[in-house]
Amino acid sequence: MSVPGQAAGAKTLRIRNLRAAVGDKRILNGIDLEIRPGEVHAIMGPNGSGKSTLAQVLAGRDLYGITADEFSYGGRDLLAMAPEERAREGIFLAFQYPVEIPGVSTVTLLKESLNAVRRHRGEAELDAMDFLTLVKRKLALVDMREEFLYRSVNESFSGGEKKRNEILQMAVLEPRLAILDETDSGLDIDALKLLADGVAKLRGPERSFIVITHYQRLLEYIVPDYVHILAAGQIVKSGGRELALEIEHQGYAWLEREPGAAGRPLAAG
Amino acid sequence: MAETSRNLEHLIDREYTAGFVTDVEQEIFPPGLSEDIVRRISAKKEEPAFMLEWRLEAYRHWLTMREPRWAHVNYSPVDYQSISYFSQPKQDKDRPKSLDEVDPKLLETYEKLGIPLREQEMLAGVAVDAVFDSVSIATTYREKLAELGIIFCSFSEAVREHPELVRKYLGTVVPPGDNFFASLNSAVFSDGSFVYVPPGVRCPMELSTYFRINAANTGQFERTLIIADEGAYVSYLEGCTAPMRDENQLHAAVVELVALDNAQIKYSTVQNWYPGDENGRGGIYNFVTKRGLCRGVNSHISWTQVETGSAITWKYPSVVLQGDNSVGEFYSVALTNNYQQADTGTKMIHVGRNTRSTIISKGISAGHGQNAYRGLVKVLAGAEGARNYTECDSLLFGDRCGAHTFPYIEVKNRTAQVEHEATTSRISDDQLFYCMQRGLSREDAISMIVNGFCKQVFKKLPMEFAVEAQKLLDISLEGAVG
Repeated sequence: MSVPGQAAGAKTLRIRNLRAAVGDKRILNGIDLEIRPGEVHAIMGPNGSGKSTLAQVLAGRDLYGITADEFSYGGRDLLAMAPEERAREGIFLAFQYPVEIPGVSTVTLLKESLNAVRRHRGEAELDAMDFLTLVKRKLALVDMREEFLYRSVNESFSGGEKKRNEILQMAVLEPRLAILDETDSGLDIDALKLLADGVAKLRGPERSFIVITHYQRLLEYIVPDYVHILAAGQIVKSGGRELALEIEHQGYAWLEREPGAAGRPLAAG
Repeated sequence: MAETSRNLEHLIDREYTAGFVTDVEQEIFPPGLSEDIVRRISAKKEEPAFMLEWRLEAYRHWLTMREPRWAHVNYSPVDYQSISYFSQPKQDKDRPKSLDEVDPKLLETYEKLGIPLREQEMLAGVAVDAVFDSVSIATTYREKLAELGIIFCSFSEAVREHPELVRKYLGTVVPPGDNFFASLNSAVFSDGSFVYVPPGVRCPMELSTYFRINAANTGQFERTLIIADEGAYVSYLEGCTAPMRDENQLHAAVVELVALDNAQIKYSTVQNWYPGDENGRGGIYNFVTKRGLCRGVNSHISWTQVETGSAITWKYPSVVLQGDNSVGEFYSVALTNNYQQADTGTKMIHVGRNTRSTIISKGISAGHGQNAYRGLVKVLAGAEGARNYTECDSLLFGDRCGAHTFPYIEVKNRTAQVEHEATTSRISDDQLFYCMQRGLSREDAISMIVNGFCKQVFKKLPMEFAVEAQKLLDISLEGAVG
């Protein structure tokens, strides 16, 4: 694997022994993961293995009791950062189930978001004209029509439209660490290609991606540097792209049969 | 400059000779209500005989009435004999000398609303001559309006200067015996606004109480009458986003609108009377009767209100659609936080043929707030082809507040089309987290969602009013979501 260039603003995500629980229910049981700028990591695993919880915890959802030996992004302790602060620092979560916000147009949310991020970076807010020019360019990227912008956020969107809306937001906000939480589920092949294109356009030495998926199919389009298998809240196996293919052929059942596999998480990278 | 100051002197002079602020020395009536008090109010205002008779009739009727108890609100009984029914404007010596003496919390709110210093002083009742500014502005406006034949003055002035118009229209929409609070108002009303727009005239500016002379101290029993003659148009703004200081707990205003053939009246309100503290102590009781009469064919009346203040709101701006093809509209945002209670809505009475009405009501409840929509759509037998559309949405914050909807529909004509839609939603943690994940602070996310919820109503407000109303909602909801 080539060493990625250290572009300005590039940040590393470091996770050591991350545990998360809701009440007595332990969901993450000691995750170790390091994601350097420019890398694309895929996280796969059976249902209920903790994939989405990991995504939510990274984004700052406050439903969980969390402990970790290290949980930092760009050297800053994530547990000390509010969700909006993490977002402004460049962490983006494409939600598995994007929420509907009646009455708030998509364009309003996009503008408020982009300007919040720009203010945080010390950049001037975009005026209405510049903003619209930018958004229209990004719209073309996800193959959506302009009227889409003026509909309420995700309200009466089809499943596919909701996912495209997530990709659009990612394209506009240009995050440094994008977490795609099963963004591919429910997408047809065309939409899947759009998603892959969106990621490809953003991919660069300063950006990293966590691609959470159930299927190896997406990884044909977004080729990951690393693949991790999550089971029962631990990373039980890490490897290169070929690991995803292995999963494709064998499913997840072998994880449970292989003695010791679940008890011996491997460090990533 | 010399010209201006001469004009100003002239104005001040004229104001005094008109008897507005004369005799301020002592006048405050002892508490209590009797026929004698009603007579004294009328005498004090030098009213013609018909006006006194009218007041007395209302008073006698009021004595036979009982305070309504059907609203979904709870408050300790009002002792009507402990209220003073006439008081002159506060004297300078009783007012704060400067903003330093004003409640800092109030000032903080002014600051957030971006109200200029001079206006802050005026609103807080500081004894400065800021009022002169408003007098001169008001006069410039009035001169311009007079050229078009538009009358815009205080109600007392209208009674003296235009008795024939007052006599012709007063009580034709809200009769003196209409309801308990309207009768009380009819007997003892202090002052208010009067507007008359002559046939075919389109009023070129938004008329606002803010620019009315002697607007001060009329809050308690305000009386407003607006008449748009044939083919006339007027837009009227009532209230102010800034919280107004007021010593009186009970407010019982009456507003009457009359639209003749092809006339249109738009009436917009932002109400932000003192809501009481966070434990529900104090606060204004706002018991208002507002009604418009679409008397002529193709006439059009719309009410737009943003209600964020008062401890208790009891208010149903209504439209009687008498003229054929007339249109009535009601757009409302009502917010209750802490221990505020609101029972508000509208009545649309379809009398004429092909009459249409639209009701859009948005209720927001937070804290322990209780918010009720109460609306009546009534289609009379002769109202061939009447149509109504009602949309009634509630938004809840937390789990200690309440939203209630009481729609009444009475239809006596088979050709009528009446639609009613209602939704209740809660601002969810999922929504807030989604917005915060995109970089918005919690407060900005709430503000964006609330403003989205109210958009249909805000669109109906004049531009600057809409901007202020948005800010006002943000401030009113502060601390509503932990």
